Amino acid sequence: MSDLADLYQQVILDHNKRPRNRGRLPTANRVAHGDNPTCGDQCSVYLRLDGDRIADISFDGSGCAISQASASLMTTQLKGRTAAEASKLYDEFRQIVTTGQAPEEISDLAAFAGVHAFPARIKCATLGWHAALNALKGDPVAATTESHKD
Amino acid sequence: MPSWSNVRSDFPALHQNVGNKPLVYLDNAATTQRPQAVIESLDHFYRCDNANVHRGLHALSMRATDAYEGARTRVARFLNAAAPEEIIFTRGTTESVNLVAASWATANLRAGDVIMLTEMEHHSNLVPWQLAAKRTGATLRFLPVTGDEGQLDLSQLDRLLTPEVKLFAFTHVSNTLGTINPVADLCARARKVGAITVVDGAQSIGHLPVDVRALGCDFFAFSGHKMGGPTGIGGLYGRRELLDAMPPWQGGGGMINHVDFLESRWKPSPERFEAGTPNIADAIALGAACDYLDGLGRDRIAAHDRELAELAHARLSALPGIRLLGPARGRSSLVSFAFTDIHAHDIVTFADEDGVALRGGHHCNQPLMRKLGLTGTTRASFYVYNETSDIEALVASMERILKFFR
Ligand SMILES: Cc1ncc(COP(=O)(O)O)c(C=O)c1O
Repeated sequence: MSDLADLYQQVILDHNKRPRNRGRLPTANRVAHGDNPTCGDQCSVYLRLDGDRIADISFDGSGCAISQASASLMTTQLKGRTAAEASKLYDEFRQIVTTGQAPEEISDLAAFAGVHAFPARIKCATLGWHAALNALKGDPVAATTESHKD
Repeated sequence: MPSWSNVRSDFPALHQNVGNKPLVYLDNAATTQRPQAVIESLDHFYRCDNANVHRGLHALSMRATDAYEGARTRVARFLNAAAPEEIIFTRGTTESVNLVAASWATANLRAGDVIMLTEMEHHSNLVPWQLAAKRTGATLRFLPVTGDEGQLDLSQLDRLLTPEVKLFAFTHVSNTLGTINPVADLCARARKVGAITVVDGAQSIGHLPVDVRALGCDFFAFSGHKMGGPTGIGGLYGRRELLDAMPPWQGGGGMINHVDFLESRWKPSPERFEAGTPNIADAIALGAACDYLDGLGRDRIAAHDRELAELAHARLSALPGIRLLGPARGRSSLVSFAFTDIHAHDIVTFADEDGVALRGGHHCNQPLMRKLGLTGTTRASFYVYNETSDIEALVASMERILKFFR
């Protein structure tokens, strides 16, 4: 019971029901796509990069509550950040979903700590992030979280 | 003889808690549980008769050979094949389809020929044909599915089933829709244009009476683990005259009559298609699964599974926003459904907390999912030990999930 309540935190349910920054970004100058072949989860991330800074970001896709909420929350966290900051935030996020431990200064992303008890769902939580990092790198290849070690 | 009044007690794995809830096992289309008789057969073989088959002259080897060949005869009777030689033991449905694709298709297909499939095939009955088409230059053609009601569009059959079609492969029962296809009719139509037929029996073998001669198919592929048998064993039924004309698909011991450095001569079927030491223990246990199911009565199994599936369909249809796939009546032993606002994987994760084992996703049916505009469905599938109380548990779990997510 508690594991599941931990997994589907209020923040996650809220982002799943009312996703933020959803839909194609008309002004985007970077885009990357990610998918989980076995789940069928899909996520595209659109970025408008202003120099090194993420001036605007959106996502689109379909999948489970974890993957969609994670992508939605990610967009709210990445707007205004530099590529280096985004990459550091992802490292922290990965820490959270794999260990369940969140650094103190991290706020909403800590909602995903419950994922660590469901190893099969870690790739759902990281899907949007993989797409975003690929978009930042200008890497046109589709991200798949399944051939990655996590 | 098993009896319906205590079927549940025949399956040891059913009697456990998941978390703190009793297990409600509704993932039978993926794999069924095994009855005690099958587990005992495996145990007995390894304890008492274990030896390699065919080449031995000592007591254990002869006992193992008798039991292995006895299992072949038993499976032949289970399918009403004309002779045991028409049964080839394989790892399961997937390997059986690949055998036909590697052997028959490679020897008989060429550019200009057509392999006909349907839009509801499992990847196991699709990808081997894509590979065969690449190898031979043949092309693929698909009989459409009508939509959510999940029937084959038979009105298109005359247009599509032309003389270029040399092979027609289709499933007996859809693992995603629960549809039971009119196999005898499809085989008769194929025969008229001279096409051979390959029936994917993965979802029918354990649930419906199967009589390959009444169906009129040329090949019938099936898996033991979907009928209470072990994993890693299944079979291919093939009509004798077709098998005898087919080249081997794997080389090795046990399948040759005479070997020289440069050339060999093959044994007839079934040995020609069983190179190497076979899966002896599991084949014998598959025979025990046949005994078990025949003991319950295959007509009664079919009626039991259909009643549960129809009841589940009716009870679930009352849930707000549900989209149910496949026919409402006359369906096989499963239901498959989707909600626009809740993903199948979230449903399966939640149901697991209620002890209800379901499957969510594309069910190895990606092209069909795409056609229906779905990313996946949730599937509940039933077997001999399921009861109406399991459906109540399923519905209660779904109601809890809807409340949580909406
Ligand atoms: C319709 C159908 N065909 C083929 C298969 C493949 O069976 P196996 O994995 O036992 O080879 C399955 C099993 O999921 C199935 O449902």
